[in-house]
Amino acid sequence: MLNQLTISELTGKLAKRECSAREAMQACLDQIQRVDRRIKAFLGYDAADALAQAEAADTAIAGGADFKPRPLLGVPVAVKDVLCVKGHPCNCGSKILAKFVSPYDATVIERLKAAGAIVFGRLNMDEFAMGSSTENSAFFTTLNPWDTTRIPGGSSGGSAAAVAADEAIATLGSDTGGSIRQPAALCGVVGLKPTYGRVSRYGLVAFASSLDQIGPFTKDVRDAALIMSVISGLDPRDSTSVPEAVPDYAAALGGNIKGLKLGLPKEYMIGGLDPEVKAAVDAAVRQLQKLGAEAREISLPHTDYAAATYYIIAPAEASANLARFDGIRYGLRVDGADPVELYGKTRGAGFGAEVKRRIILGTYVLSSGYYDAYYLRAQKVRTLIRQDFLKAFEQVDAIVTPTTPTAAFKVGEKSDDPLQMYLSDVFTVAANVAGICGVSVPCGFTQSPKLPIGLQLLGKPFGEATILKLAHAYEQSAGWRREKPPLP
Amino acid sequence: MSAIEFDVRYAARLAHIELTCAEEQKLSAQLANILGYVEKLKELEVSQVEPTAHAVPMVNVTRPDEVRPGLTNEEALRNAPARAGGLFLVPKIVE
Repeated sequence: MLNQLTISELTGKLAKRECSAREAMQACLDQIQRVDRRIKAFLGYDAADALAQAEAADTAIAGGADFKPRPLLGVPVAVKDVLCVKGHPCNCGSKILAKFVSPYDATVIERLKAAGAIVFGRLNMDEFAMGSSTENSAFFTTLNPWDTTRIPGGSSGGSAAAVAADEAIATLGSDTGGSIRQPAALCGVVGLKPTYGRVSRYGLVAFASSLDQIGPFTKDVRDAALIMSVISGLDPRDSTSVPEAVPDYAAALGGNIKGLKLGLPKEYMIGGLDPEVKAAVDAAVRQLQKLGAEAREISLPHTDYAAATYYIIAPAEASANLARFDGIRYGLRVDGADPVELYGKTRGAGFGAEVKRRIILGTYVLSSGYYDAYYLRAQKVRTLIRQDFLKAFEQVDAIVTPTTPTAAFKVGEKSDDPLQMYLSDVFTVAANVAGICGVSVPCGFTQSPKLPIGLQLLGKPFGEATILKLAHAYEQSAGWRREKPPLP
Repeated sequence: MSAIEFDVRYAARLAHIELTCAEEQKLSAQLANILGYVEKLKELEVSQVEPTAHAVPMVNVTRPDEVRPGLTNEEALRNAPARAGGLFLVPKIVE
């Protein structure tokens, strides 16, 4: 079935005219019809618009279009509800945006379209990307395709579940503290968080501006490389994007990994680490060693402070970014006698519990008398965490860890205890705090129930090519990609 | 964990978020718990450490001061909850 193909498989068929983009798009729409009532990955989609884009791609292919400058020609790619797509709704999984319709395309969307992709659908997420399970979506909870009593991870849970359930060929998500890598691990797909500054965030609704990055969810590592080459690069509309050359990431795959050095941080072998997860990661390391990589123990001494640092910096930045949702220029408005009353009522009614929690926490840590004790101190610890990584990368080419301490947890298991939910991101937050890149690739399953486990490879700043190469070598030799979830 | 006081009413007022009494109660317990957890940062000696605001520091990113295309008035107002005469409509601010 066409919806099960990877990007490279699908574009191969399209180039040889073995199928049409319309057929591929229709196959994804049929799959959504068949399974999304149970998975609930999509908040919505415009089938007619998607098929019209597919037909335009078919016209281009029939006219002899070259796939070289348009490597995603005819490929259905769905996006997280936090990215602006011109003429389509954008809700960020929240009620406060009401009937908002984006007046412009995000830079990543422009780039996907320029590369020929069919951009469709709005994927479910925790409200404003704050959460680890999609249970904070104001609309509904997405379910894990491997076990529909469990969460798919978050915040980009819809993006991960849609790829795992073959409802799209690939998707985009965003990662502020693990929101791409954690759901990718829990749903058994590939998810990459680029280096801070690698991908423009113009048109991404901001959560924590010094941490946010956009990245791909794909069925294999090659597809992640293909998308990264399309969406990366300098954008004058995001002043944090970096003028660093964008390599052809896919071209770097397949080479020898002999002699590449892997660091195993001893601080990640914590008490809460599930034995099956540990066994799977240990086996993956042995596999990488068999392929020629060298592994050694390293130390990241400030690991234990990363989550606390993150849960000050991220809410602080969120409290400033989310000030724009005030009922004046767009979204929900609840009237008041004066503007201040209007703000309070609108934000009280429009935001969900987790978003309120983080804005209020962020406001508090930035408020007079607390700024130095919390926010400034967290920024200093951030320096120490970043130095840990930069020092480690003087000795190793990549750092290997589990992506998450456990496989997917049950719906409702952590939703009443925000601190426990926060600590499920313990292996992923440090990469955002340090600004480095990371990828999660499937590395096996728990036994009963059968749930995916993710291997995380962390790379140097702008070291995406190296972690993709390692992830690809592992994936090709391990063969987990052939496993599919037991869908209805 | 130390007993942290959390004045949720004060922070919520600064953040312009109206809370119900039930929300206030729940949030103040949860936030005290989270602040208790982040207290661990105080274990570290950081007086000589420079703060990091951005992982990839870029300074003075500028562009030529030239007019570029932007949203039209109609596009900018399209999502407005209330509008009149090409402007956003808000409650009266000054008498």
